[in-house]
Amino acid sequence: MKLSDLTGKAGEWLRGSGPMSETVISSRIRLARNVKGYTFLTTASRKHRRELEGRIRETILDADLAPKTLYVDLDQATELDRELLVERHLISRHHAAAEGARGVAVGSEEDLSIMVNEEDHLRLQVLKSGLQLDEAWEQINDVDDALEEQLEFSFHPRFGYLTACPTNVGTGIRVSVMLHLPALKLLGEIEKVFRAAKDMKLAVRGLYGEGTEATGDFYQVSNQTTLGKDEQELISDFKHTTIPKIIDYEHQARRTLRSERATALDDIVFRALGVLRSARLMSSEEALKLLSHLRLGIHLGRVKDIEIQAVNELVLMTQPAHLQKLMDKKLEGDDRKAARAEFIRYKLKAV
Amino acid sequence: MPEGAPDNPACEHCSKPKTVHVTEIKAGQKIEKHLCKDCPFVNEGVGAGAGGKSHQPINELLSNFVLAHSGAGASTAQKKCEVCGMTWAKFKQGGLLGCENDYSLFEEQLTPLLKRAHEGSTHHTGKVPTRRRGDGAVRKRPNMNRLRRELTRAVEAEDYEAAARLRDQIAETEGN
Repeated sequence: MKLSDLTGKAGEWLRGSGPMSETVISSRIRLARNVKGYTFLTTASRKHRRELEGRIRETILDADLAPKTLYVDLDQATELDRELLVERHLISRHHAAAEGARGVAVGSEEDLSIMVNEEDHLRLQVLKSGLQLDEAWEQINDVDDALEEQLEFSFHPRFGYLTACPTNVGTGIRVSVMLHLPALKLLGEIEKVFRAAKDMKLAVRGLYGEGTEATGDFYQVSNQTTLGKDEQELISDFKHTTIPKIIDYEHQARRTLRSERATALDDIVFRALGVLRSARLMSSEEALKLLSHLRLGIHLGRVKDIEIQAVNELVLMTQPAHLQKLMDKKLEGDDRKAARAEFIRYKLKAV
Repeated sequence: MPEGAPDNPACEHCSKPKTVHVTEIKAGQKIEKHLCKDCPFVNEGVGAGAGGKSHQPINELLSNFVLAHSGAGASTAQKKCEVCGMTWAKFKQGGLLGCENDYSLFEEQLTPLLKRAHEGSTHHTGKVPTRRRGDGAVRKRPNMNRLRRELTRAVEAEDYEAAARLRDQIAETEGN
């Protein structure tokens, strides 16, 4: 499997077919682990860093974790390839921009990725479409067990799994759910969700995680507490309490829009579709915003000839690195905006 | 004015009352800063982590921590990890520890910090590595309170499949 195999299609998490997929884009669980006997990367020498990378890479490739596993040496990869992996949520921005021996293993379905030598020696991640937290946990727990047969992880009887940053110590788990909340945004109620999330010690971030602005009404909700709460309890809280509450709230807002502000809703949805089908220059922020409104219109039955999956794919394919890979050339400024507009028109079967 | 005098009228950078006292160690030099709590300079220096990645939550915690423990003892300042060379001052700057030994070495200093970061918790509950579980016995005795809570929630959410699974799990655990 090659990196170029990824470009033309969307990953498992963008199928748009998982449970609650009209509101939940994806469910992600990641575990942070460090290998016993090596210092954390904060203080590791170049030699140890390289040695660790090789050892972990071999362990992953031998462990048969997915039908096919692609390993990318990020120290050797081009900037565009690294950016592509970030856009697909397979590596973090930090991992893309860092230096030194590091890599990522990606399962052929793209639901599994393992970052090697990120902030911790290993960052395992399972990403599923829709609300599938139990499935994600089961898979990642198995991957963790399989790797642990070969690698002894740093573990402390009181502090649990040890991580470079004390905010991850304990379970080392981060549960993140990507939500699409356009109606709450349109009704000006999104701030309430942020406040409620903060009270529950949850972080709300944008489409591309830490430090990114929420664009196109896509929000990532994740836990901050990793010590003193076990994995299944945390997942259960997300699955049965936190996420259903936010979904209910969004659905209520969608119903309000449809019943009380139908014309205004149609105006927003069909303006979005009109611009997407006619524009000649399109920035990625504008594309995300319009695709978000179109997605809402599809779910509420206002737009009937476009599928949600097509919109999900466009969200990904119109990101800068994907666009350049698809067009097979480096594009900047207006050239990139023109290519984006053209690709969207083509996908939405416009003129 | 003598050091640490309580009636400091103003922040070094603006005119607000200063309430935060930051001690930084740079190249062996101890630098003290007196700032107001809203001042953007509070996080400066304590901020940017290794590799330029910012750890906003940990930095906030650390500056709060510095606030609460401005008189951190001399023994803390002198402690240095013999495995990785980490010191408390270096950790405060970068927000990242250097090796697993640091958790034991700085256990006392880390405990209040962990409490703040993790809703008051200082002990791990959750998965334990297989090789630590000994004889391959059950990873962990299921927590009955948790199972019952989950069952209630599953019923409320009308997730009957999960409810049935939880009911069986409770029955099985009670039977043991």
